[in-house]
Amino acid sequence: MANITLNVNGKTHTVDVEPSTPLLYILRNDLDVHGPRFGCGLGQCGACTVIIKGETVRSCVTPVSSVRGAEITTLEGLSTNGVLHPVQQAWIDEQVPQCGFCQNGQIMTAKVLLDKNPNPTDAEIRQGMASTLCRCMTYYRIQAAIKRAAKVTA
Amino acid sequence: MSDRRDFLKSSGFLVLSIGAVSLADLEALQAGGPYPDPDFRQLDSWIVIREDNTATFYVGKTDLGQGTGTAFRQIMSDELDFAYDRTTVIMGNTDVTVDQGGSGGSDALQTDGWPMRRVAAEGRRVLLEMAAAQFAVPVSQLTVSDGVIAVKGDPSKTITYGRLIGGRKFNVALTGRNADETTGVAKLKAVQDMKNVGQSPQRYDIPPKVDGTNKWAVDVKLPGMLHARNVKPPVAGAQLVSIDESSVRGIPGFVKVVSKGNYVAVVCEREEQAIRAARQLKVNWQKPATAPFPSSENLHKYMRSATPTISLPPVAVGNIDTGLAGAARVVTAEYDVPFQGHTSIGPAHAMADPSNGQMTIYSNDMKSYGMRNGVAQFLKMPRDRVRVIWMDGPQGYGRTAADDAGFEAAYLANELGRPVRVQWMRDEETAWDTKGPAYTFTMRGGLDAQGNLVALDYDARGCDHNHLGYNEAGTVLIAQLAGLRQEKPNTGGASTPNDMYAVPNRRMAAHVVSLPLVWETPLRTGNLRDPNGPQTTFASESFIDELAAAAKADPVAFRMKLLMGSTADDTGFKRARSIAVLKAVAEKYGWDPRPSPKPLGSGDILTGRGVSYAFRNQTVVAQIAEVEVNRKTGKVWVKRFVCAHDCGLVINPEALRRTVEGGMLHSLSRSLYEEVTFDTEKVTSVDWRSHPTLTHLDAPAQIDVVIVNGDPNPNRPDLPHYGAGETVCKTTIAAVANAIHDATGVRLRRMPFREARVLAALKAAKV
Ligand code: FES
Ligand code: FES
Repeated sequence: MANITLNVNGKTHTVDVEPSTPLLYILRNDLDVHGPRFGCGLGQCGACTVIIKGETVRSCVTPVSSVRGAEITTLEGLSTNGVLHPVQQAWIDEQVPQCGFCQNGQIMTAKVLLDKNPNPTDAEIRQGMASTLCRCMTYYRIQAAIKRAAKVTA
Repeated sequence: MSDRRDFLKSSGFLVLSIGAVSLADLEALQAGGPYPDPDFRQLDSWIVIREDNTATFYVGKTDLGQGTGTAFRQIMSDELDFAYDRTTVIMGNTDVTVDQGGSGGSDALQTDGWPMRRVAAEGRRVLLEMAAAQFAVPVSQLTVSDGVIAVKGDPSKTITYGRLIGGRKFNVALTGRNADETTGVAKLKAVQDMKNVGQSPQRYDIPPKVDGTNKWAVDVKLPGMLHARNVKPPVAGAQLVSIDESSVRGIPGFVKVVSKGNYVAVVCEREEQAIRAARQLKVNWQKPATAPFPSSENLHKYMRSATPTISLPPVAVGNIDTGLAGAARVVTAEYDVPFQGHTSIGPAHAMADPSNGQMTIYSNDMKSYGMRNGVAQFLKMPRDRVRVIWMDGPQGYGRTAADDAGFEAAYLANELGRPVRVQWMRDEETAWDTKGPAYTFTMRGGLDAQGNLVALDYDARGCDHNHLGYNEAGTVLIAQLAGLRQEKPNTGGASTPNDMYAVPNRRMAAHVVSLPLVWETPLRTGNLRDPNGPQTTFASESFIDELAAAAKADPVAFRMKLLMGSTADDTGFKRARSIAVLKAVAEKYGWDPRPSPKPLGSGDILTGRGVSYAFRNQTVVAQIAEVEVNRKTGKVWVKRFVCAHDCGLVINPEALRRTVEGGMLHSLSRSLYEEVTFDTEKVTSVDWRSHPTLTHLDAPAQIDVVIVNGDPNPNRPDLPHYGAGETVCKTTIAAVANAIHDATGVRLRRMPFREARVLAALKAAKV
């Protein structure tokens, strides 16, 4: 066990945990941050995605000790002053989710995609989202929502 | 209104939660009980109206993300004459909502829409009578809109529902032999008088799913809770010999190894500790003496030669033998469908709390009532001491009808006397979830000299013996592994095509076959989104296309002729509506009549289009897929889907569209990728690499969902609302296969159409 300090959505927390523990379990169980979810624990689906230094990070395969001090953003941290991020708003406007369980990964991955490339082509959207899985197969609506958000953010 | 309801109300539960349980209320929920069934014959069990003129509807269904909760609010607001945005709905919690079975069979609106409309209409009737008494005028002198009653011609006399009944009970008795039949005496509204029906208010469950505030069953945390992980037999049918508990005792937070028969779980204080303990636990298993099943490569050979455990009585028209004998040309084909898993994005999970001599299970079980009954039986507890709080979860499209984790959590919580959360791991879920049955089909068709279909023979074998897709105390997986199962297997079933084709000589036969290992197997079958339809329709609608090609007929025209020739019909007017959807889909797509396949194109990308049609219960769909096949790689991309969909009265068109899109793409994933693979000991498709699924790369460029009302009397005031969640799952696979054939001239008769299989078929045909 070791004391580890984490910065999540602008708040600092210190937890005393086994350093190899995946970040996902610390976020969910110790910090009550429930946006990231367990889908595979293997880095294959994206359900557990968080954003660190502008990149998507799969928290299920990220040892908590490797992100000490880093600024971690989760789904809960995307909105500013109660206003949804344009990607989130586009998700509502487009009525994207079915069950919604994967959508944390979809939204976080889309946000990073648009941050890096505000005007992605269809092919760039597909490629950028390719490894974020949805078993309700909402891909068609997700891609429409990304284009909608791109219009707002560009 | 039960005491339970009053308790919840005073705890603020009813006000705070919309559709799912608010975590802040969980602690309050731990108290209370016993939990008698809400009485379906009391209006108060269905509708609560508060002083502030807001209403909550109690519905014993579960909304798995298709928007049924929103739809119930719409139709109930209409019948009640209440403002939609002043309503909320609570669903699927066994102690506060009437047992309407949870989800299944796409029946939310088709079946349960009616009692919900009737109780809302009854509420309106009662409120109008109360107002009539208050104003001392006859009901006919009153008007009502959005929960405000007014006396005609006297604007000073108005009163809200909230003022009339708010905070008090209706105390109105309803009648009916069961929840489905529940009714008052009020008449239902004509479709034309409904304001919310046909509108598309946004789904209320979406914002919290998008902003991170939604409370899912995976989020439930209770004081003193423990984390459990299962340890599954490494080989199907293996027997537990011994467990070396010392292999995990040193893990910090270790609490206990629980085992019964071949069921093994480790329980720890923290989640990561339980995961580590489950990996580290040394268990000595003995392999079974004989192989539990053939390998997935040999499955269909095995199924074709096995002696069926049952053969259903064939459905016959005319005489198939003389029909085939008299045909100018006979076409035969065999189709094979593998086992396909539910493979939900989130593995099975549940939290069970044994406090106060009760068992409360927090679960995403689509059939929460079934789990309540099953767990009570399994733990030998009185039913009114067990309840299931239904919460949102990853959708498994039938997976949670057999909610293993809920039973396991309850079992472990009972053993340990503390709340226990069970979470399956990815490999466990992909290997051991319930499976859609594998199928083989043998088809024969006879054409006369003019290319008319005169004989059609369908012979199916479904590997579905011991169908275990339910929350039954005797069949759920822990009952099997723990040696607590029922003695005899369930017989299972196999299905026949659902079409309205007129063929003078037709036979449809279906058999059930069994694998050597019947119990404790990862190949147990359950209800995967329209349990047999995608398989059956893949074969039947591919074969109709083969016959059309043999007759050199346009595939739409060939089908239309078969539909026009039919005289069969029923009260749902399926024939008329079949014709309507087929016309609508061809028109929307811009179908140019010609036989398939088209002349082989040049270049690497071959394009083609395919059509397919089916019904499910009273819902009728026709679908067209347009594909690109890469002849160098075998890669198939569906560029466009068009679906014409008739499910009668549509409550929320935009929610329907998305449900249909999701259903098409789910079946597209089954068409192109999904297969449970196994050797002769175990399942080998265990994660998203070994069990690939559809991804963003596969999304069509365009999807058109055409909503059709093909009723011969489209404006009838009583137009029924049929189900919508599953019908399109039937047609997708054949539409894709038929389009691939149109593009390449190659007929794929074995799913899924992964690149390697398609490429091999193209090579074999020298395409
Ligand atoms: S849960 Fe982390 S990638 Fe699947
Ligand atoms: S919305 Fe259900 S898994 Fe993506």
